[in-house]
Amino acid sequence: MLASLTAFAITSAARLLTGARALWLGCTAQPVQRLYYANHSSHGDFVLLWASLPPELRRRTRPVAGSDYWMKGDLRRFLIRDVFNGVLVDRDRSDPNANPLQPMLDALGQGDSLIIFPEGTRNLTEEQLLPFKSGLFHLAQARPEVELVPVWIANLNRVMPKGRALPLPLLCTLSFGAPLERIDGEDKAAFLERARNALLALAPEIV
Amino acid sequence: MDRNTLLLFAGIGAVLLLATLIARILRHRAGDAPNAVIDNLIARIDAWWVMVLVIGIAFLFGNNGVVLLFYFVSFYALREFLTLTPTRRSDYPALVAAFYFALPMQYLLIALDWYGLFAIFIPVYLFLLLPILASLAGDTTRFLERASEVQWGLMIAVYCVSAVPALLTLDIPGYEGRNLLLIAWLIIVVQLSDVLQYVCGKLAGKHKIAPKLSPSKTVEGFVGGVALASLIGASLFWITPFSFWQAALMALTVNLLGFAGGLVMSAIKRDRGVKDWGHMIEGHGGMLDRMDSVCFAAPIFFHFVRYWWA
Repeated sequence: MLASLTAFAITSAARLLTGARALWLGCTAQPVQRLYYANHSSHGDFVLLWASLPPELRRRTRPVAGSDYWMKGDLRRFLIRDVFNGVLVDRDRSDPNANPLQPMLDALGQGDSLIIFPEGTRNLTEEQLLPFKSGLFHLAQARPEVELVPVWIANLNRVMPKGRALPLPLLCTLSFGAPLERIDGEDKAAFLERARNALLALAPEIV
Repeated sequence: MDRNTLLLFAGIGAVLLLATLIARILRHRAGDAPNAVIDNLIARIDAWWVMVLVIGIAFLFGNNGVVLLFYFVSFYALREFLTLTPTRRSDYPALVAAFYFALPMQYLLIALDWYGLFAIFIPVYLFLLLPILASLAGDTTRFLERASEVQWGLMIAVYCVSAVPALLTLDIPGYEGRNLLLIAWLIIVVQLSDVLQYVCGKLAGKHKIAPKLSPSKTVEGFVGGVALASLIGASLFWITPFSFWQAALMALTVNLLGFAGGLVMSAIKRDRGVKDWGHMIEGHGGMLDRMDSVCFAAPIFFHFVRYWWA
């Protein structure tokens, strides 16, 4: 009850503040199993992506987040576990024998959709997009039936710049691209490059 | 609401009903095949119903309702403007000041009827405060450009828009307690001018008036729209403190300013590479697309009325 009220409050606030305009350019808002992968420049990224999904999709879509950040403190733990139903990954690899992708594979195995940020960390540079980590490749290999949908989140870095607590009301647009085609036998580097270019193609041109 | 206000809203309702009817007939005659112009016309008229309803509700709550309404108009307009403005991370303090200090303060000053401060708050105090905040961050890249853009956004979206509710603060002898009608007159005349320019342009438009800025504006639309809207403004003189001819001149002035406002705001949009400021009003675009003419007409109208009538 408290969790769903909090979820409602957070998604409403995110939409009121930013407009959270979703453009379904390459696919439609269908309840099929997907791996949404997006650019990452702010802690608000997954909240906004999650808030911009229609409610029936949102219920089955879980953000992937680093446990090092989200398991610190009761509030963060409540938010990520109860409100967002997030999938927590161990970015520090505290247990070298465990597969860090296992929690995501488990979630996909249950039929859930995921939101991931393949850059691995927030992009605070002037670059548009950092190189991708290999997790996306391994997930795609293990789950060939899941659609890989690139999502470009525009402007959110201006809403919540690094180290600032009070968000600014500026309009944000989320562009959902076409699911990435699967090419048999493609190697890791080529796949990651192709996935990255598909995401970059959705970024608005800088005037 | 007094009798005149009710009469006015009934009249607007009748015009909208007629427009809705005409649009549906056009739709039917086009054989119900998809037609971009007619679909957009219907979307625009439907949005007008919503806008008139929102304004009507604000009028029911009296002066405070109207001040609050324009506070939100300014908020949405400022958000659209600053979204399209390329600010940097170091502009954060200036942007916080714009959204969370200047905007509410301007409307609070109008609600408090403090003319001496609301008339200079943004053009003087914020004009100096914003670049001070920006300079503290120590980022000199495009400094003048960035400082100017935030100031310009505040002037257009907050200062100019707030001139509409500021009409409530004027004491016009013989017109006590009726200032809401003056606001209604201004909005009706300026918006009708936009609508009639669109209609005249669609029916008889041949010669483009500013092809680089606004490809849809034509000489025929401009002349027909401004003339018709000024005539309607004159014939509505009975809800204003003006005589017939004074109302005609005032209407002509605000319509010309409104047209110029549309051109200026189009120039900014073209430069930023967008067609509309936003997407919040179906068929019209963003809040600023609907308010561009009001932004330019309202401050001059306010000061003319204040100088000659109050």
